[in-house]
Parts: sequence; C-alpha cells; structure tokens
Amino acid sequence: MSQTNDRSATRLDPAMPGEAPIAAVAATATIPDGDRRVHLLREMLRIRRFEERCVELYSHTKIRGFLHLGIGEEACAVGVMEALLPSDSIVSTYREHGHALARGISMRATMAELEGKLEGTCRGRGGSMHIFDASTRFYGGNAIVAGGLPVAVGLALADHLRGDQRVTACFFGDGAVAEGEFHESMNLAALWHLPVLFCCENNLYAMGTALDRSESETDLSLKAASYRIPAWEVDGMDVLAVESAARSAAETVRSGGGPHFLELRTYRFRAHSMYDPDRYREKTEIKRWEERDPITTLSARLSEEGLLSSDALELIEADVAAEVDDAVAFADSGTLEDVADLRRWVTSEPDRGAGVP
Amino acid sequence: MRTISYREAAREGLRDALERDERVFLMGEDVGRYGGSFAVSLGLLEDFGPDRIRDTPLSESAFVGAGIGAALGGMRPIVEIMTVNFSLLALDQIVNNAATLLYMSGGQFNVPLVIRMTTGAGRQLAAQHSHSLEGWYTHIPGLRILAPATVEDARGMLWPALCDPDPVIIFEHGNLYNAHGDLAEDPQPVDISSAKVRRQGDDVTLIAYGGTLDTALVAAQSLAGDGVGAEVIDLRCLRPLDDATVLGSVSRTHRAVVVDEGWRSGSLSAELSARITEEVFYDLDAPVARVCSAEVPMPYSKHMEDAALPQAEQVVAAVRRMGG
Repeated sequence: MSQTNDRSATRLDPAMPGEAPIAAVAATATIPDGDRRVHLLREMLRIRRFEERCVELYSHTKIRGFLHLGIGEEACAVGVMEALLPSDSIVSTYREHGHALARGISMRATMAELEGKLEGTCRGRGGSMHIFDASTRFYGGNAIVAGGLPVAVGLALADHLRGDQRVTACFFGDGAVAEGEFHESMNLAALWHLPVLFCCENNLYAMGTALDRSESETDLSLKAASYRIPAWEVDGMDVLAVESAARSAAETVRSGGGPHFLELRTYRFRAHSMYDPDRYREKTEIKRWEERDPITTLSARLSEEGLLSSDALELIEADVAAEVDDAVAFADSGTLEDVADLRRWVTSEPDRGAGVP
Repeated sequence: MRTISYREAAREGLRDALERDERVFLMGEDVGRYGGSFAVSLGLLEDFGPDRIRDTPLSESAFVGAGIGAALGGMRPIVEIMTVNFSLLALDQIVNNAATLLYMSGGQFNVPLVIRMTTGAGRQLAAQHSHSLEGWYTHIPGLRILAPATVEDARGMLWPALCDPDPVIIFEHGNLYNAHGDLAEDPQPVDISSAKVRRQGDDVTLIAYGGTLDTALVAAQSLAGDGVGAEVIDLRCLRPLDDATVLGSVSRTHRAVVVDEGWRSGSLSAELSARITEEVFYDLDAPVARVCSAEVPMPYSKHMEDAALPQAEQVVAAVRRMGG
C-alpha cells in the first residue's frame, strides 16, 4: 500500500499545506469493496488484452511505427484514472494506451488510431505515441521524454488563474527524471503552488538504461521532495495501492494543497518497443516481476476472498475479448484520411470547426 | 499624432491587451519587479498585479511549456523570452509542442500562445546575446513569425497576435527599443499577414525586416542621390511570407537585394532569393543579391561588430554591382 516518504519528511520537514492531511487520508483510505475491485481488474484486463492484440496486429503490419507497450504497468494507469474526475486533465507519454483506455477513450477510436485510420482519436495522424482526446481532457500522447511536464504545469496554471478546481495528472517515466524539464517543472509547480499530480511510472529502465546507470540518486521521491513537493512511493504493481494513494493525493491537490508526486514502482514485462531486442536485463529479473503481475495477483486475491469465481472471471475475459474483437473490426473497416487534407490543421480553421467532433 | 519610443509602444500594446481581455497575462524572466530586462513591461506589475505580470525562474523550457499548457487551458498567455539566444533552451517546447499539437491531435487542440523575444546585434553583447536566429523559426510549419520594425507595429501587432488561434512569435530587435516614431493618438491593431512598402521606387527592390529596415531605408536615400529609385519592402510577417507583395515589386523593378541580419547559409534570405528565382526569374535583370551578417559568431569590439553586420553602404554597393 501507499507510504509516505520518511526520508523526505525527516530531512526536509516540509511545512507544506496539505502534507499532514495527505498522510492521514492515506492511512485511512477506504479499501474498495468487492464490486469495485472487480471493476479495477476488468479495466486492467481491457488494457492487457488490447495490447496483446496490438502485438499480433504489429506482426501483421496493421500497426506500424513505434509501439510501446505497458504490459505489466496496467495498475498505474487504472489506479490513477479511477481517482480522477471527468473535469480533471491528463498529460501522458508515448506509452499511453493504458492511460487512454482507463480514462474512458473508446477502445474503437484508440485501435483505429493505431491502425492509422480516419476514425482514430486523431484521424490517424498521431498513431500509438500521440493519442489526444478533447472530450476527456486527454492532452497526449507526448513522445519527447519530459516534454509533457511543462505543459501540465501550464494547464494547472490556467486552472489556478481561472479558479477552476481541477487536477492535472501528469504521467512520465523514470527516464524523464534525468531531463532538465523535469526539474524546471517540479520547481515551477511547487513555487507557484499549482494543482498538478505528478505520476512517475518508475519501471527501472529508460529504454535500455537502468535507473542506477543514469541517476546518481535513485530515490526519485527524494528528488521531488527536494522541491518541497510531498512525495509518496507506491507499489505500482498493486492497483488498490495506486488507487488509494492517487485518490488521497488528488483530493488534496484539488482542494488547494499544491502539487503532489507519486512514484509508482512498476515494471514493463515486454521490451521498450517492438524494435527492442531486450538485451539489457536478465530473464530472471523479468520472471521475478512477472510473479507480481498486477492482474493475476488481484484476481487471485479476489478469488481467495470469494469475490470472484472462475466462471465470473471467464465471463469478464469473454467480455473483454469481445470488446477487443469489436475494436479491431472497427479499425479494420475504418477509412483513410483523404490526402487532400494533408495540409489541414497546420494552423487552425476557425470557420470549419474542430478536426474531431 | 505623437512621438513615442518603440519600447513605449510595445508597452502600450501590452497594456492594451491586458485591459482588453482578462485571460491575457505576461510571464517571463524579470518582467515584473525588475520591469523587464529591456524595460518594456516597466510599471505593469503595479497596475495588473503579480498573477498577470508573472516573474519566472530562469527556466525557459518550463515557462514556455507552461505558456503552451495555459493556452490549452483557455488563457491567452504572452511569454517573454529575454533574447532569441535563450529561446534555444525552450526550442523543444516551441517546435515539438506548440507547433505540432494542433496537427498531431487531428485539429483538436490549438495553442493560442504569443511569445515575444528580442533579437539582433549592435550593442556589443558578443556571441551569446546578439544573433538573429528568427530565420530558424521561420522553418517551422504551425508558427506565425512577426518582426515589428516601426512603433506602429510594435504597438499594434500584439493584439491581433493574441487573437490568432495558433502560436505567434514576435521578434523585437534590441536596437529598436530607443528608436522613436510617430503614432496615432488612438492607434489601432495592424494586420499581421502582409508586408508593407515603406518607400516606393522603380529601379530595385530592397527587402528588409526588423532591425534591417532602417539600413535599407538609408541605402535607398543614398541611391536616390544617384538617381536610382529603390523600393523598400518591410516583410513584417516572416512566416508565412507575403509572396505577392515581394514578387509583385520585384517583377516591376527587375532587381532585388535581400538585407538580413541573419547569416546567409540556410537562411531566410536564402528562402526569399529562392522564391524570387522560382517565381519571377524571367523578370529579373540581375541575379538576386543578399547583404547578410558575416558568418562569424558576433565579436564584442565595436569595429569588429560593425564589420560583421549588414551596412547601408554594402546595400548600395550591391545595387551598383547590378548595373544597368
């Protein structure tokens, strides 16, 4: 479950508004009831089965370009999204299929985007790395590592200036921590006390470079805490822990508590992208993490507690498989954007309306 | 009419925008308490408060990116970057985000952001504060690039730039802040799409913008003494270029000299020369000429800096070399 970062608390003694309430709320966060936990399991399964199908489609060349899978990291996406409101904003990375699906962007439109179809979230212009959706306030799909953080700070600045009670959840990986934009953004968000929830998905590798080969200080929460941002280390393989921590943090951020930082400790089971031969880590390491698979561990727990029968699980699997089949069929039967539109939306077309309704 | 400095005109433009629309705010390094590194925003903090005249840390990437985010979030930010040299620290945000989000998102997310920055040499600030890199920005689809050269444009370009739904970068040449000019008592917003003929002539077209407009006008005055009528075009909008005005003038005068403080290799002057050659080649009586900065990092000492910069005499000489 979630825990406060003891080192940051003792070393920095942050007298930040919201610091004490966060710890208190975290400790007493309500454990989701059975139905709710089954719902979280289902959401993670949707992402897993979707991405497994993506691998097939990639080998059939229906999906091209870079394809970054979050298999193993589903608890981060689902846990955080569950804690957000429809009015909140999300800034994500190039490993964002899970974030998009958990946010409620339709699987059909997401798959169509990956297949480069007009019916995709962005008319097929973005592909796997650039899913955007105005209706769910999903601001990408940013494929420059750490490039989304300043944008998230700006979205939060707009909310601050307008007096909107909104959280901007900003996802990024451990690799982003090495970028200057990470540090500039931490400082700015803290300095201006902006409503950003920084969600660092620490999967221990920046492409193929292990965290301890790229960071002199591998305690990422400590880096955030050094900017006087309350930071938690969270088991990113446990959706309940992520949801609980994210809910507490988001509530505090929303009520004026300033930026918060979640370090979600997770692992990707598959290679960085479809191009990656995965030579930089031991198979035994992958195996060890697979034993903590967020999906199988949760379904086992639910089954032990009598909250999920094998029949019920099969039913969920069948539902999810049907949704994935439907999304693929939708994408397959989609159309291609007219080449005549190549130059549209380099600049706005105020008289013609938005590109995607 | 009244006489006003370029600095005061730019400040009036800011004040006008802040008064017109409460979504407008200014942020950047030392724009508030210091009064702006070139004193453009002096006094605005007192009138509009720290939320709208927002001092930032020295974090170009973060505060430009925050401008993008705030624009996405419904505000109308004006981000000031102290000089174009420092803007390189924010190039990722400008090129990879501001210029791409609308296209990548299939038309969903436009970025109504205005970035102002100084450019140019002439003040003995050496090789990290003097370069004219606006030509690089003109390479990028999705950006509108403006270069006010007169007090009227310094005053009038900001509001229409803020009304543009997409990112606009305004380059203010550092040498111009103390220049004075006439401005109407009740100045109106200007158009931000077209070039302007600043002096009419029939024999040669001098194409300039920003800091080189005066160089071209001085050269034109000198040429007039020799009986050569030089037409001077102020580009004003560097992207998209106003081809019609430029090509129309050159096809009438049959000669063109581009005067650009940027380096010539891979430059805006190269682009202008190429467009003229592509479109009105058969109207030309002489090859297109370019007067640009010497291809050196800008030196500090005055005589060396002068030698590196485009001078009116070079423009005159370039025209004379064209003969006939």
